Amino acid sequence: MAEVVSMADIEATAQRHGIDLSSVDLDSIQLPPGEDFGIKSDDDEDIHEEDSLEFEAGFGNIIVVDNLPVVPPEKFEKLEGVIRKIYSQTGVIREGGLSMPMNPDTQKTLGYCFIEYNTPQEAELAREKTNGYKLDKSHIFAVNLFDDFEKYMKVPEEWTHAEINPYTPGENLQQWLTDEKARDQFVIRAATFTEVFWNDPRQLMPDLVYRRQYWTESFVQWSPLGTYLATVHRQGAAVWGGATTFNRLMRVAHPQVLIDFSPGEKYLVTYSSHEPSNPHDTHRVVLNIFDVRTGKVMRDFKGNADEFAAGGSGGVSGVSWPIFRWGGGREDKYFARIGKNVISVYETETFTLIDKKSLKVENVMDFSWSPTDPIVALFVPELGGGNQPARVSLVQLPGKEELRQKNLFSVSDCKMCWQSNGEYLAVKVDRYTKTKKSTYTGFELFRIKERDIPIEVLELENKNDKIVAFAWEPKGHRFAVIHGDGPRPDISFYSMRTAHNTGRVSKITTLKAKQANALYWSPGGHFIVLAGLKGFNGQLEFYNVDELETMATGEHFMATDIEWDPTGRYVATSVTSVHEMENGFHIWSFNGKLLYRIPKDHFYQFLWRPRPPSFLSAEKEEEIAKNLKKYSKKYEAEDQDMSLQLSEQDRKKRKMLQEEWDAWVSKWKQLHEEERELRLQLRDGEASDEEEEYEAKEVEVEEVLEVQEEVVAFDLDQE
Amino acid sequence: MRPILMKGHERPLTFLKYNREGDLLFSCAKDHTPTVWFADNGERLGTYRGHNGAVWCCDVSRDSGLLITGSADQSVKLWSVQTGAQLYSFNFDSPAKAVDFSIGDKLAIITTDPFMGLPSTIQVKRIARDPSEQTSESVLTIKGPQGRINRAVWGPLNKTIISGGEDAVVRIWDAETGQLLKESDKETGHQKTITSLSKSADGSHFLTGSLDKSAKLWDIRTLTLIKTYVTERPVNACAISPLLDHVVMGGGQEASHVTTTDRRAGKFEAKFFHKILQEEIGGVKGHFGPINALAFNPDGRSFASGGEDGYVRLHHFDPDYFNIKM
Repeated sequence: MAEVVSMADIEATAQRHGIDLSSVDLDSIQLPPGEDFGIKSDDDEDIHEEDSLEFEAGFGNIIVVDNLPVVPPEKFEKLEGVIRKIYSQTGVIREGGLSMPMNPDTQKTLGYCFIEYNTPQEAELAREKTNGYKLDKSHIFAVNLFDDFEKYMKVPEEWTHAEINPYTPGENLQQWLTDEKARDQFVIRAATFTEVFWNDPRQLMPDLVYRRQYWTESFVQWSPLGTYLATVHRQGAAVWGGATTFNRLMRVAHPQVLIDFSPGEKYLVTYSSHEPSNPHDTHRVVLNIFDVRTGKVMRDFKGNADEFAAGGSGGVSGVSWPIFRWGGGREDKYFARIGKNVISVYETETFTLIDKKSLKVENVMDFSWSPTDPIVALFVPELGGGNQPARVSLVQLPGKEELRQKNLFSVSDCKMCWQSNGEYLAVKVDRYTKTKKSTYTGFELFRIKERDIPIEVLELENKNDKIVAFAWEPKGHRFAVIHGDGPRPDISFYSMRTAHNTGRVSKITTLKAKQANALYWSPGGHFIVLAGLKGFNGQLEFYNVDELETMATGEHFMATDIEWDPTGRYVATSVTSVHEMENGFHIWSFNGKLLYRIPKDHFYQFLWRPRPPSFLSAEKEEEIAKNLKKYSKKYEAEDQDMSLQLSEQDRKKRKMLQEEWDAWVSKWKQLHEEERELRLQLRDGEASDEEEEYEAKEVEVEEVLEVQEEVVAFDLDQE
Repeated sequence: MRPILMKGHERPLTFLKYNREGDLLFSCAKDHTPTVWFADNGERLGTYRGHNGAVWCCDVSRDSGLLITGSADQSVKLWSVQTGAQLYSFNFDSPAKAVDFSIGDKLAIITTDPFMGLPSTIQVKRIARDPSEQTSESVLTIKGPQGRINRAVWGPLNKTIISGGEDAVVRIWDAETGQLLKESDKETGHQKTITSLSKSADGSHFLTGSLDKSAKLWDIRTLTLIKTYVTERPVNACAISPLLDHVVMGGGQEASHVTTTDRRAGKFEAKFFHKILQEEIGGVKGHFGPINALAFNPDGRSFASGGEDGYVRLHHFDPDYFNIKM
């Protein structure tokens, strides 16, 4: 897309160059062939494409109903009444918008009619609802949009081979992983710019990869493995990627869209809801699932917002995003959504329900996929005033067999939380106390990978502590909990193993009175950032859970967001535009050293580019960890070189600046001398020029270079 | 050293000025009463009573005999520094903003705000040696820039006038003819209102502070942009150290936006930058409102800051300050 240059800019530029625009015959300007100076001309393909996104014709709101009974004029009105009745259900038919043509010879109808609605949405709905409608045995309606007719007319009579395009190798979309310095990328959005940077901790600054103004209209999002970047626009969404820069790979026309990638980034789910034209209707919702590589719609879902509201409770505020939750790990095998008393699980081979049936669970409230296995955890709340207990159960797919179930009593709420390897599931259970006046919290811990899935109950020492935050160590066996009321809660660490590895949960330690309300584990485990966001003004504590020691504390005043880079080497803290001041981000090392700060006004988003999982096997990784010294030598040397080079550069730059300044000052001094006489005159001959007075002063600076203490042998007797 | 807190004004400070010897400090505030202090210990020496509106700016003659003050009461007054007596009052049809004595103290620049349909002006008045001979005639009147002119000073040898204001452009005018000689570039120059302008001790360069969160250093003859200092807050005031290669700037969140939770959020520190390397050296905290005025003592060993909070803080530098290595 060409950058838009406004007329005002052109005029300003012209004026700067002293050109009178009115005297220039713009038509006489000819560009050299093949060169467009970055200006897209009208007949460029790109612009045409853009246009075709909008609705082309004004007949989108008309439908054609076929297979009507052929009736003589006397029955005409009756038939019209019937049709009107059927089609008024889905929308308001325009006045005079129903027309049924007649055969002038036979005076009978031709068996079809046209219906005009107020909006294309209503027409679309009518087509969906009544296509295949059985008026009677021999009259099954065939309903089409008027606009589609042209398309159908163009279908050639004879089948021809589809033309096979010659194969062109695509770009390496994962080029960024091969960076020599093993750096990571991130994307930021500030004001109207969206920029992608390398995080270059050696240079202590980011290195720009790509920048674009107005790249997105609301937000950007990386795909889960980092291959693509999605932008969102009024007309739809676009997916970008490439070896060295960002090219548009796919575009999805889907107005007012929300997007979500599947975890293996094979599919992209888009969602949009339309304002109903009739205020009594609910919002219309359209969901599409696209194949990211081909851009083909794999399946679409349509309905009104109520059907898609989460928890089956018919939430007033609409839907909770994402509607579809993906399961079965990175293979993108299954996706599911929750409905009234059902969970619908689809599989991606055919994009249909497994066994053509949804999973029936009465009153199901919430569900959650294991991040690695096709296992779903369900939560059903208490029913009948406590007669029927609340229940958490694990269901294996595609067999739909229940692996484990746990009944829970006097429950007010449940939250399910999987460990990233799918080994453990923690269910945070809020229970009522006996008086039902307050609640207290406990954890039910499931060991998924062990036989029969043993469940353990964990309660905090002080049962009445509120749970502020909970987080599993990624790929690990530990978790951290912030608990307690008041401004200084405690933080406890637990392990799913004890010293003897007997499979019992044990407490590692409790840190008392910390200013923290959020937990951020390093993606590699071992380290955690205890953060006090919002009310705590951005206190940060970098904690090593292996050694149980604080590595460093820091503060990013007013920080709103924290994100670890995918390798666990750096942490980004940012203040987004929810605050007016201080916008920008800081980059820290994993051990809490502030590396650099970038202030940006109107800062909206900071996202590290995710990395796909490592190809190294667990054994290999262990081996590397063991022989880390050997490997790190090379990088340490590189680091050293770099820092030497940098300090050298820095020194040179400073010297240059100083020299420049000195040259400027000496030039000025000369002029100043020349003007001395004139200045004296202005002052009526008063002699002292103030600058001389101060030149005479000398500043003495004393610096202690070395202090040495020496004990001198001293014999008192000699005196 | 502990700063000396000078509480004498009831309203936000607007301007600070040392006399040539650096023993007196003049302060202007929105409370109508310019005040003079001993610059050494912060003791109040006296006030100049007579204005009926906020006092925006002042200047003192080279011999510390004459004080000129510009006020929102549409007058500019001349005072005897020693006695506090009002010697003369120039009256205008709009508030006066900036005042500056020329080299030799025979002329003074006065700028007036746009008001009731009148455009802003830069006027040059002749200052009589004997106050009884003082007249209100203008030697020169310059009109042209849009919006307020927040500061105007004399260029070398009184040949030029340098002005900056709400239109974010620094301009150099011919002091004889009133002709516009030079204008700062729109792209490299400031993007928002210029709030302050201060000359170096030798008058070879000057520093402008702007609400665009930066301060810029310019060559006073050629109007070449020499340096830019970028901060995190709007700059209300700036000053150049006469002793070291340092500049200081102050400002902060606008008073109406100030947070109620934490004073750090407002960035009310005075920030020191290295003049040549453009790197931040450090900050001096203390005010609990934006800083509106800054001035270095001519000996460079202390500086004063005035804030929206109504305090003047007098800071004498610690010995460490003079040993900062960059």
